[in-house]
Amino acid sequence: MKDIILQLALRSIRIHFLRSVLAALGIVIGVVAISSMGMMGANMTLSVKEQLSGMANIVVITAASGPGGGPGMAPGRFGGGSSEEKISEEEFRDIQKIAEKYGLVYVIYRESDTIEVGDRKGRSTIYGLDEDVMRRIFSVSDGAFPKSTSSVIVGPTLAERYDLKVGSRIQIGDEDEGSTTTVRVVGILAERGMSTDINSDMAIIGSEKLFTGIYGSEGEYDQVNLILNDINDSQKARTEILEKMNKKKTTVNVQDSSRMLESITSSLGTMTTFVMAIAGISLLVAATSIFNVMMMSVTERVREIGIMRSIGTQKSEIRRMFLYESVILGIVGAGIGAILSLGIGWVVVLAMVGSTDYFFLPESLGYIPFAMAVGITVCVLSGVYPAWRAANLDPVEALRAE
Amino acid sequence: MTGDPIIELVEVTKVYPLPAGDVIALDRVSMTIGDGEFVAIMGPSGSGKTTLLNQLGCLDRPTSGDLLIAGRNTRVMNDRELTDLRLNTIGYIFQRFNLIPLLSAYENVEFPYLMKHRRPDGSGRVAALLSQVGIDSAMAAHKPPELSGGQQQRVAIARALVNDPRIILCDEPTGNLDSVTGQQIMEMLADLNRQGRTIVTVTHDPGVARYAERVVTFRDGRMT
Repeated sequence: MKDIILQLALRSIRIHFLRSVLAALGIVIGVVAISSMGMMGANMTLSVKEQLSGMANIVVITAASGPGGGPGMAPGRFGGGSSEEKISEEEFRDIQKIAEKYGLVYVIYRESDTIEVGDRKGRSTIYGLDEDVMRRIFSVSDGAFPKSTSSVIVGPTLAERYDLKVGSRIQIGDEDEGSTTTVRVVGILAERGMSTDINSDMAIIGSEKLFTGIYGSEGEYDQVNLILNDINDSQKARTEILEKMNKKKTTVNVQDSSRMLESITSSLGTMTTFVMAIAGISLLVAATSIFNVMMMSVTERVREIGIMRSIGTQKSEIRRMFLYESVILGIVGAGIGAILSLGIGWVVVLAMVGSTDYFFLPESLGYIPFAMAVGITVCVLSGVYPAWRAANLDPVEALRAE
Repeated sequence: MTGDPIIELVEVTKVYPLPAGDVIALDRVSMTIGDGEFVAIMGPSGSGKTTLLNQLGCLDRPTSGDLLIAGRNTRVMNDRELTDLRLNTIGYIFQRFNLIPLLSAYENVEFPYLMKHRRPDGSGRVAALLSQVGIDSAMAAHKPPELSGGQQQRVAIARALVNDPRIILCDEPTGNLDSVTGQQIMEMLADLNRQGRTIVTVTHDPGVARYAERVVTFRDGRMT
């Protein structure tokens, strides 16, 4: 059917082409800004998620701190707060009994200590781990896993910082404070990234025997890790361990990484929303420009409105005519904006996130229709008042206009 | 040839409030126009004749008094109903033609038809009316600014007739035309009147008033 009201709106846009293009340009910019920022956020979230998902299957069990918490064994020499409370051998066996069915349970000795490589002094975390566990959770990029109590593997960041190679020697401990131990690097670990269980990139990892040889404290573990076979068990495992271990008194804390992942994702989400809101300001500017153009259109066509009203055109039709005009500007602007968003968004994602692996996923591209919808809505809202004004003009007055 | 009243004014008053004091444009005007009558309303500028026409055309509402169009009191009608009345019962012809500049001559005539029927004219009525007023199809494709004054007024007459109104209101229909063209237009209106349509025209041209059966003169908002 021929809609003459739509025709009038289209023709009005056509005869004021430049003005209409400029108004639509505001919407184009707004849509590109919102969708690019949204896509950037989505790609960042997806990429962080991917980096973190390696640790999402880890449940970390530590001794509960505070009065009446753990057995309160001797604090480590340079131990921080969390290393003061230990999990005893007995508790570990209890945890193992509970958690075995969910996956691999293993213990970690951890200490922070002074190290010396050649003349350079510094600090590092030293982990003591079972050799089999080591093989399961780490991979080496160079060298091999330690076979003796005097050999260690080091994290890649530490290796780089101290220029460590396979065969390098590290002195652990401070000469002024007592005994020191010298170990030999037999392997460099592959980069592992951020993790909740072991931050191996900046650490020295040796066997349990090596660790207890230096620090004593055999059977007093800093941490028990559970690597889940099924990531979906994380909540269930956490609850079960907490329930059974803390029956009489609070003995352990359990932290499942999925929560941390959630909180990181949610922070990124908040950031994305914030950035998009800033981008949304450009749409506000666009709204002003659309409003202005629509008011101009109404003013210029006062007489035409009077004619239409006098020959029997309902107010609603006049309203429709002007709303069409703003909707057309919105759709054209949002459409062009959407096409440009694909290109500009891609560049923004590449520049800010460094990878466009996730660009074409619905989580990312979904921001384009979202931004289009926002843009069109802004246009419609900007057109409401001018359209209302046009429809409510006094026909007699309107006919008198030049 | 005049039948039952189609327009009735009972004590119609129109007051324009102005800071300097109210202007009484129409002062208790009572008048009846019969169905099929041709009435000319004359009077000097500011006598209230255009105000009267705006009341009759339901573009404006009286401050007080009653206006009945085709037996319906406009006082109780809302904007939607008044607009429908303008669409279906009244055809308007203006001095300045008042065609919609964005639409072709054909579309201008079709416009009220579309507003009423919500579908394009399939009966050929629009084209028939245009040829009746002497606008051929080539000319009908033009936009109003490309037509002469006489041609525009012919298109306006066709537009006024498209929904077959019972009343045709004219506001100085020949005011912007040369005398020969003006005469042709008046002949057309006289023809429409002979077909049974009620015509009310505002004019200060006695030549136009000559076509009317009845001439009503206004002065200072009152009939004299």
